[in-house]
Amino acid sequence: MTERLPRSKKIKTIIGEFGITIALLAEIALFSSLSPYFFTAENILNVTLQTSIIAIIAAGMTFVILTAGIDLSVGAMIAFSGVIATSVLKVDLPFTISFPLALCAGLLVGIFSGSLAGMFVTRFNITPFIVTLSLMTIWRGASYMYTDGRPIWGLPDEFSFLGSGRVFGVPIPTIIMICVYVVAYTILKHTKFGRYVYAVGGNKEAARLAGINVGRTLLSVYMISGALAAISGVLLASRMNSGQPNAGLMYEMDVIAAVVVGGTSLFGGRGTIVGTFLGAMLIGILRNGLNLLNVGSYVQMVILGIVILAAVLLDQIRRK
Amino acid sequence: MSLLQMQNIRKQYPGVLALSEVNFELRAGEVHCLLGENGAGKSTLMKVLSGAIKKDGGAVLIDGKDVDFNSPADSQRAGIGIIYQDFKLVPELTVAENILLGNEPTKGKSPFVDFNKMHEIARASLAQLGEEISTTAVVSSLSVAQRQIVEIAKSISKKVRILAMDEPSAALTEIELKNLFAVIRKLKMESVGIIYISHRLEEIFEIGDRLTVLRDGKFIHSCNVAESDRRSLVRWMVGRELEQEYPKVELKRGEEILRIENLNAGILKDINLNVYRGEILGFSGLVGAGRSELARVIFGADRKENGSMYLEGKEIYPKSPREAIDLGIGLLTEDRNKYGLIMQMNVRENISLSNLHSVVKGFFINRSKENLVADKFTNDLRIKTPSIEQEVENLSGGNRQKVVLARWLFTRSKLLIFDEPTVGIDVGVKYEIYNLINQLAKDGIGVIVISSDLPELLGISDRVAVMCEGKLTGVLSRSEATQEKIMMLATGGKLEAAHD
Repeated sequence: MTERLPRSKKIKTIIGEFGITIALLAEIALFSSLSPYFFTAENILNVTLQTSIIAIIAAGMTFVILTAGIDLSVGAMIAFSGVIATSVLKVDLPFTISFPLALCAGLLVGIFSGSLAGMFVTRFNITPFIVTLSLMTIWRGASYMYTDGRPIWGLPDEFSFLGSGRVFGVPIPTIIMICVYVVAYTILKHTKFGRYVYAVGGNKEAARLAGINVGRTLLSVYMISGALAAISGVLLASRMNSGQPNAGLMYEMDVIAAVVVGGTSLFGGRGTIVGTFLGAMLIGILRNGLNLLNVGSYVQMVILGIVILAAVLLDQIRRK
Repeated sequence: MSLLQMQNIRKQYPGVLALSEVNFELRAGEVHCLLGENGAGKSTLMKVLSGAIKKDGGAVLIDGKDVDFNSPADSQRAGIGIIYQDFKLVPELTVAENILLGNEPTKGKSPFVDFNKMHEIARASLAQLGEEISTTAVVSSLSVAQRQIVEIAKSISKKVRILAMDEPSAALTEIELKNLFAVIRKLKMESVGIIYISHRLEEIFEIGDRLTVLRDGKFIHSCNVAESDRRSLVRWMVGRELEQEYPKVELKRGEEILRIENLNAGILKDINLNVYRGEILGFSGLVGAGRSELARVIFGADRKENGSMYLEGKEIYPKSPREAIDLGIGLLTEDRNKYGLIMQMNVRENISLSNLHSVVKGFFINRSKENLVADKFTNDLRIKTPSIEQEVENLSGGNRQKVVLARWLFTRSKLLIFDEPTVGIDVGVKYEIYNLINQLAKDGIGVIVISSDLPELLGISDRVAVMCEGKLTGVLSRSEATQEKIMMLATGGKLEAAHD
């Protein structure tokens, strides 16, 4: 099927296929030419560090959005898992014991929240938007209740290594992010479960009639999202060396933006984990570049909004 | 003078010439059937007529005057109504609101809707069709046939002169179809020109006055319906002779594969049934008689209330499709697009979906093994696709159906239930599907075919089971089954000697 396409069509196809990559390269080229500090190894690593929290959660969000769902509770989960984990660290135990305990506690609340969301979505058939909106409020409120609205300070010094340490010069959050993406990519691309995620998102009823356990698939994606949000929460707490009940405020919006900019359809069934990674980087680099150019944060918000719209527009052109 | 003339219509899509110098002419008060296989250009021609797409060449004349539509609103103003297969009604609104959607009568010049007047106009439009549907009923509560009537009433309220219907019979029962034909005849009397698109050839002989056949975007033939016969129609559409429409292989009935005893579930009442290897058991009945419901219970998609089912003599309790699949039961659902396929997925992924664990090695899907499977079935079933990586969304109806069939063959089903397997499929591919079904029966698979197409059912079945209002009203052998007997049983009548 090699038909010669008209030139405009060809360009459209190319933009569609590699749109996000082209946009990312253009962005890098632009900032490199505008700022001498941008294209340096140190700054690039810095971008990955700054983006890691959003990117890790976006990987989980990709699973959820692929099933035509949404998880609005991830921002609040950052705070809740952060304050839970840090409060465990305050217990009078040696760090080698309290640290794994704290990690587990943080992770558990994330998985618990995810399974709650999954249960309400599958068992009681409530739309994910409402379920996770409620959970968002619940966990945010719970974080303030738990800490009396005050940050948890005075953590063991070793704890900050997780968020601020480096291995061979690479920030640990960056390493974790890369691991998360490798695993997520493998799961989505090469496992039965990954295939089921796409199938359920593409057509829930057809998936059920093809013998797929739709409930279990949905439950799993919310648990994955909750777990990754919790991991990010602990990472962020470590970077700030404190448990902040207001951490991660509005992060869900950046996360969803990264997924959508990466080409995943909010209607489910279409999208890739690589796209999400590039989407997260696009947004991260934009922030970083604008900071280097001393663009004010108010202007940054406006520019970010325009970029998101443009990315989605590009995606629409491809579909046509 | 003709009401509508479409002359030398040309439409070029990137890489495809969808319409090439097509001519079509419609007179007032006639039913003009537009025939052709999927992809022949019928829909494209209708879209050009409606103004939904722009033609690249040719002319559209109404009453001999050149018109140029840029949008569906333009064509509506010119008196053209098009009823698509998937109705364009708003389910949450009432019948009257739908009929006058976009044309709401207001109180004088105020912006407020005059509901009394609205219902009055709606009632008048329905009465014109000889139909009694409450104008206050919400559309979602209506049957498919009633919705269709509402669509037609909607066109009438806009004073249509040209009405095109795309596969209006696809979801109708025999009786509803008769009713639709009565409505069409009324419209003819009021000199509306009707364009009728259908895959069912019997209908053309019943309702059509003239016909035009398209093939591969080209005009093939146009004549009076009376001057044609089935054979010539198929030849024009397919471009070659088909030996017979329903290939039938006589097989020896094997041992029992499925037995159902005193089954009750939802509307299903006291069903007793045997299915044997090597036979094709047809299922007839009106829409809503419970045929699909029975299929869903056997397949574990719905639960039974009581009664028992035996597969190869062993009692089974499928509580989910997964369990039924593992037992060796497959269901090719009605409406394959909605319940059968994952449209965004490609051919390979759709084929392996129900049996992924057999191509999984450790944690991971073994791609080369999966490719092998997909290639094999694509070749065996002659699925026409540029590659197994093609999204099924881009395949024709017949090839989509083959992909679903491939999925169930890959799960090694012992019992396969086909629910309306040939709806919306071309004559040529239909023939292939019948051959495949025959082959399955020959291979010892139990085959149940649910179909509302009576000639098809009579043509391919060894026995025909008939349902009415949730009850099994009779099982006829191939030799005793006739259209009349089946219709009798399907409408609740009794036969003298209805036996197994």
